Parts: sequence; structure tokens; C-alpha cells
Amino acid sequence: MLFYIFAGAAVLGALLVVTQKNPVYSVLALIASFFGLSGLYVLLEAPFVAVVQIIIYAGAIMVLFLFTVMLLNVPREDAAEWDRAHPLYRPMAVRIGGALAILLALELGWALSRTAGLGGGVADEHPAVSSVAELGRVLFTDYMFAFEVTSILIIVAMVGAVVLAKKREE
Amino acid sequence: MAEIIAWVTSPEFIVYASIVGVVFGGLQISAAVMVYAERKVAAFMQQRLGPMRVGPYGLLQPVADILKLFFKEELRPKAADAFLFTLAPIISVATAYVAFAPVPFGAPTTLFGLLDEPMALQVSDVNVAVLVIFAVASMGVYGIVLAGWASNSKYSLLGGLRSSAQMISYELAYGMSLATVVMFSGSMSLREIVDLQQGYWFGFIPKWYIFIQPIAFFVFACAGIAETNRAPFDFPEAEQELVAGYHTEYSSMRFAMFFMAEYINMVTVSAVAVNLFLGGWHGPFIPPEYGWIWFLIKLAFLLFCYLWLRWTLPRFRYDQLMSFGWKVLLPVATVNLLLTAAGVLYFGL
Amino acid sequence: MSIGHYLVLSGVLFSIGAAGVFLRKNLITLLLSVEIMLNAVNLAFVAFGRQFGTVDGQIITFFVMTVAAAEAAVGLALVIGLFRHRESLNPEAFTSLKW
Repeated sequence: MLFYIFAGAAVLGALLVVTQKNPVYSVLALIASFFGLSGLYVLLEAPFVAVVQIIIYAGAIMVLFLFTVMLLNVPREDAAEWDRAHPLYRPMAVRIGGALAILLALELGWALSRTAGLGGGVADEHPAVSSVAELGRVLFTDYMFAFEVTSILIIVAMVGAVVLAKKREE
Repeated sequence: MAEIIAWVTSPEFIVYASIVGVVFGGLQISAAVMVYAERKVAAFMQQRLGPMRVGPYGLLQPVADILKLFFKEELRPKAADAFLFTLAPIISVATAYVAFAPVPFGAPTTLFGLLDEPMALQVSDVNVAVLVIFAVASMGVYGIVLAGWASNSKYSLLGGLRSSAQMISYELAYGMSLATVVMFSGSMSLREIVDLQQGYWFGFIPKWYIFIQPIAFFVFACAGIAETNRAPFDFPEAEQELVAGYHTEYSSMRFAMFFMAEYINMVTVSAVAVNLFLGGWHGPFIPPEYGWIWFLIKLAFLLFCYLWLRWTLPRFRYDQLMSFGWKVLLPVATVNLLLTAAGVLYFGL
Repeated sequence: MSIGHYLVLSGVLFSIGAAGVFLRKNLITLLLSVEIMLNAVNLAFVAFGRQFGTVDGQIITFFVMTVAAAEAAVGLALVIGLFRHRESLNPEAFTSLKW
């Protein structure tokens, strides 16, 4: 029951992100979607991921997006432009895209129907590992190298963002 | 049906419901008390008397203020985004209330033997409480940012922009200071962190984390003030520069909701600081069952410091705020975190 | 709930994100759609991690989140830079190789 509520929130939020013309509403819809996902993480007995999802995604990344939207004060997508340039108004693109999408959906359905072990509850076989201490231990032993590389990635992204967004002095 | 009635009338449920009620009502009343306290403290710092007319010593002033706000006209600019304009104050108030939920404010009590098992004085005992408070508090910025954007006025927009930039900058230092305490205590539950601060060194110095981690407390205090948008970091509503910042276009109850959210956030940050650094409800002279008295005393002291700072320090300049956050507070918090990590690892502090 | 439920949900979210990337003409919405796709993958990882009773799924989620944060920072910086040049967020305004 809870699964369907949270899943519904996540899907509805995602759909609104894609269909809203005003970027501010898109950002808000995405935040709602993140809360749905966070609820799903709680159901999957990963409370730490659930909280981190809110802190990092909803609390930091989305604030950054909102900040940019407000800074640029972007107008909503121009309706005429939307109509003219919209791929859904090009019959050829729609046909090929639709065919590909149906093919993909069929393949997915076939793959899911052929895969064993999908029935039964997700929590049936193994006990959950939800302790933060265990998470930290694995992160800083088995995944040590990846963790260090991540820190380099963050530094590069930080420097890159500063350089890119800085106004050049003429 | 019978089970539901039995459950609703069981003493546990009644006590739990009344705890929720007490916290909810207490936060509401605290906002009113803070309005009065703010004016009185300001007045005394400026050698005035402050509100004196309504009730003895102006004690009924908050009531009068609330009544006045109720009867004011709800204004909404024509160009404002109607949906978000209404949603913004609701987000502000809701996050302010929710953030207090995992904060414990007293030792478990049986209420003079009324209950079989001791009941925790706290709305919800989460084992990652520190993170939950951090997460919910970081949601509060949306109220301010959306209010700034939805008002469709340049002063509001500037206030909202400043708020989001300030929040992102200070959240890092805030998180670092929380991480320091979590690492030092080895727990993310506020209740456990408080209980680790029981006892005394040499028989008279209380084992509060503020004495072991003064730098973390300093960083937490600065970032906390910045997160609640209080002077000297009150940029989103800087009166002299932005009229009233993000709530320029708001009036009546919607305006009151922003104000209430601000004061409740102050109470929450202070309560978390009391739990993390000042030993929570532990203190001398008062028996543990009445620990909440100590909690309230410490809370009141920190809240007084908030007001004291506001009426003592001038506002920073905006570039000073940013360079202070990124170039002073964040490095200091990081170095403190590393030193604490080394201490915990090599000396087993 | 079986793992299949989570996988289908993850697939649906991923498709919505992909559709957003293809259909929208606004750089910011494109970046938001990429975030949806990353989150769909996160959900699959955590669900698998729960199924096999390991923490690895949760840990990979952290790395994905870090990448998402880096991507958002650089992407939005690029968006700001591009907006300064063309006063537009339509990706089709940036088709020239030189300006």
C-alpha cells in the first residue's frame, strides 16, 4: 500500500517535471518526486539513503537549480516556439520514436518475464543492512579508492563551475 | 472498533498525544513569547522601556499583535503566482514545526508512576535524528525562496536569491560541525548524545561537549544564526536594503506565518544546540525527572543570546558574508573535523 | 513488494527522464530530466542491495549522488554562461560552432 503511494508520488512528480512549462514548477515537482523516492528507500530499510536523498538532492542540488532559474529569471518556454520546434509535431520522428519505444517496452517485458527470482518479497531472503556504521565501514574499506576519486571529481567540478560561471574581464 | 477505542484511551496514547500537543502548543506560544522578548530586550539594550501599554509591563502585547494581524487585509499582488504565493508561508511554518519533532527535551519519565514504562519526552525517537533535523531544516529555505519568486517583485526576488545562496554556503559548515559531534559521540541519536554528556570532571565541571568542542559550537552557532536568517546574517530581509526582503509583498496571516516560522526555527536551533553541546536536560540541583526545567533554562539563555547578538552586531556586507562562510567557517570546521577524527582514532577520546 | 515492482518503477522513472531529455527545449528542464534518470538508477541499486542483503547498493547510490551534484554544478555553470551569450535556454540556439 505504502509502496503504491510513494511510487505514485515519484512517478507523478517526474511526469510533472517533464510536462510543466515553467521551470520553477518543474523544480518543485522534482522535489515532490524525491520525497516519494525517499519514502521508497525507507521501505527498502535504507533510512540513511532516504535522509541523504533529502539532504543532498532536495536540500542542496534543487536549491542550486532554483537559484539558477531565479538568477536567469527564465521566461516560460515560448508557446509558439514549443509548437514549432516540438518533435511531437514531426510525424517521421514520432513514428520512429514510437516504434522504438514500443520495441523497448516489449523487450523489457520479455526480459522481466524470463528472469527468475523476481517473485516473492524483496525482504524475504536476507536481513537488511541498515546500520550507518556498517555502511561507513564498507565505504572506507572496500570502496576506498572510489571514494578518493569522488573527492577529486568534486574538486574538479567546483573549480570548473567557478571558472565557467565567472564573468570574463574584457 | 473496540480495539481502537481501547488504544485511544490507553494511558500511553493519551500521554503521547499530550506530548505532541505540548510541543505543538509550546512552539506556538514560544513564538509569541519571542516577539515580546525581542521587543523588551531591544528596548533595554537601547535604554527604553519597550511595550508597556497593553497589560502589565506590556505582557499582553503579543496577543494584541496577533489580533491585529488577524484583522488585516490579505493582499496579493496582481502579478504574483497565486499558487506558490500561498504555498510559500505554509512550507515555512510546516518545516519549522516538523524540525522540532526528533528533538528530545527531557529524560524519560513515568509521570509520577502513572505509566508502567517510562515515556520519552520527545515526539519521535529517530536513530538518525541529527540527520533528520538537518534535512528538514534545509527544506525551510524553499518557503523563503518561493516567497521571493512568487511575489514577482524585485526586492522579494533579491531576498529569495540571497537566501538560497546563503543557505547553500552555510549548510556545509553546519553539517561539518554536526559531523564532528556525531563522530565524537559515536551516535546520531540526540537522546544518546545527551546521555553521554552526563557527569562531571573533577567533580564540578559538567561534561558538556561545549568544553571539548568549543570550535564546533562556534561554527554551529554561526551557521545556525545564518540558517535562521537572524542578524548579523539577516540578508534575505535586510530592511535598509530590500524594504523587507522576501516578505515585502505579504500581509496579514501569511506574513505572521513567516514570522512564526522564523521564531520557531530559532527555538529549534537553540534546542538542538542545547542537546548537542550544553548537556540537554542534565544539570545540578534539579532531580533528573525534572530535567526539562534545566532544558528550558538553557534554551532561554541561548535564545537570549540570539536577541543579544541581533541588537549588538551590525549586519555584514554581502561579500563579507560569503567570504566568511567559505573562507573562514568552512575551513575551520573541516580542520576541526579532521583533528577530532585523529583524536578519536589515535587517542580513543 | 517484490524486486520486480521496484524494477518496473525504476524503468518507468527512467523512461520519463529520457522522454524529458528528448522532448524538452529548455536546458534547465533537460538537466532536471537527467536527475530523474539518475534517481531511477539509484532506486534499482538500493532495491537490489536490499534483495541480496548487502550495503553495496546503498554505497553506489552515494557515488551516483556525488556525480549528480558535480553534474548539476558544472551543468548549471554552463547554462549561466550560455545564457549570457544568447539570452535563451533553447538548446537549438546553440548550434553554431563559433560565435
